[in-house]
Formats: sequence, structure tokens, C-alpha cells
Amino acid sequence: MANLEKYNNAFIETFEITEDKLAGLKYQDIEAWDSVGHMGLIAALEEAFDIMMDTDDIIDFSSYEKGKEILSKSEYGVEF
Amino acid sequence: MGLLDSKVCLITGAGRGIGRETARRFAEEGAILYVTDYLEGSLDPLIGELKEKYHTDVTPLYFDVTEESAAKAAIMSVKKGHGRLDVLVNNAGIMRDNVIGMIGQKLLHDVFDINVFAVINMIQLANKLMSRQRSGSIINISSIVGLEGAAGQLVYSASKGAVAALTKAAAKELAPNGIRVNAVAPGLINTGLLQAIGENKIQENLKNVKMGRLGEPIDVANVLVFLASDLSGYVTGEIIGIDGEATV
Repeated sequence: MANLEKYNNAFIETFEITEDKLAGLKYQDIEAWDSVGHMGLIAALEEAFDIMMDTDDIIDFSSYEKGKEILSKSEYGVEF
Repeated sequence: MGLLDSKVCLITGAGRGIGRETARRFAEEGAILYVTDYLEGSLDPLIGELKEKYHTDVTPLYFDVTEESAAKAAIMSVKKGHGRLDVLVNNAGIMRDNVIGMIGQKLLHDVFDINVFAVINMIQLANKLMSRQRSGSIINISSIVGLEGAAGQLVYSASKGAVAALTKAAAKELAPNGIRVNAVAPGLINTGLLQAIGENKIQENLKNVKMGRLGEPIDVANVLVFLASDLSGYVTGEIIGIDGEATV
């Protein structure tokens, strides 16, 4: 599975939304992406990419796009 | 069959005192062990002993618990090695203090960095693995002075009081994930840390212990075995005193 597909699936499965809602999606835009949902998303991403994210990055993960930027950092090495 | 058969356990500060004795008892009960210390090579004698005596699957991890990236790497190595973490014992800590009026900022930061902030960080990291498996036991080391306070030990008392409070908070937050969080509050335990205060002072303090003897590291380790094992499967958010009925 391509990394983008894995990334999208983490959002889709955690928040139970469709792919067309992903672009531009921000933290707390939808009810499911609250603080508890956020930790669920992080757990899904860590599992999908076999990584462990830094706390600062978890806090900075404020949108669908920002998340891609964070995971692209060298320490995580996820290429989109 | 041991109480901790096949449980993957991580004990911080296992190089001496309570941490070392806990590693021995966990090994005796069949645990798979990750033991940590900050001083490279300091765990070699313990590792050799556990392998020879109990045939323990034991891995040393050398890192400073106050460094978030190093702690993360340690948890990652547990994940890569065994894919799970059943028990975390947050044992690493320091006892430093001064009288009111002579408490410097460095002392404050050093004590809280290790005794409190590192513990919170380790809980956050362990939670990543434990939440996925929907189980786990986290055990923190508070102190009788964290619950009662002690003259001349304001900073240490405050740090261990914080450990008691964060244990209760974490227990509430993590219970829905199947993770138990408890702490022990040792009294006068016969470790190098205690010996450093001198024999006269020890004898003076001993008068306040109704059982009339110092606690031994194994007295603490035995309670930690209970909290790590499934025997305590419905116990969480507790601070268990191990003090021989002492008063401070």
C-alpha cells in the first residue's frame, strides 16, 4: 500500500469520514477530531508507519496537510 | 510457573537498590526484562547474574531518562524486540535536598526532571504500546515523604507527592484502555541512598518505625511483583505504603 493511501486510511478509519473530506481538514473541524480522536489518529499513524512520534510533533499535528509535512521529516522518513 | 511468566517488563534505574532487587524478583517470576541505567556497563553484573541464575531474557538499555529522544528510542527497542510492553516500573530517581532558604534552581530542576518529568514522559511512551495491546501495568515509586512531607526534604517530598498525584490521574485516564497505574510509597528502605545519611541518623529515624526494623529492597520488590502481575488485575490508582508503620 502506498504511503499516501496508508496516511489517508488512518484518517478515514479513525474519524469515519470519506476521502473527499480530507483536503483542508483541521483539528477540531469535525466532532471526531477532538483530543481523544487525535490520540487515536496518532496511534493509527504510528502503527501504519511503524514509527513513534515526538510529543512536540503530536501537538503540532494540526491539519491533514501539516501531518504530511511532519511525517516527511527525516526522523520519520515517510515519503508521499 | 512464575507470576510474571512471559511478561515484558521495563525497569528504569535498575543498577542498584530497589531497582536491582526488583529486576531479580521479576526474573525469578519469569519476566522478560529490559533494565535501564544511565551509566554504560553498570548493569553488566546484574545481567550476568540474572542470565545465570534464572536464564532470563534480559536486555540492558543505557540512557538518561530525562532525555525524551533517548527514552523514545528505548521504548522503540522494546517494541522491535518483543512487540509489546506489559509492565513499566518507573524506578529511576534521585534524592537531593536542602533546607528552606537554600534551595537553588538547579537542585529543583534536577530533582523534578528525573523524579517527575521523566516519569510522565515514560508513561506517555509506554502508553503508546500498552494502549494498542489494551493492557499493561505502570508502577511508579513515590515515598512516604511524598504523602506526609519531611522537614529538610521539601523538594524531594514535593517530587514524590507529584508522583502520587500523577499516578492517580494517569490511572483515571488510562483505565478505559486496560492499563493500570499504581505507585508504592516506601519508608526507610535499606539502600545505598539511605546509608548515605549515616548510622546515627538511621537509628534515630528507626525509632519512628513501629515494626522496629528497616525495610529491605526485597520488601518493596515483592509488592512490585504483585502490582506487575495479574494478581492485581483490578487494582489501579493506588498508592501502597511499604513502611513498617512508620511516621515521618
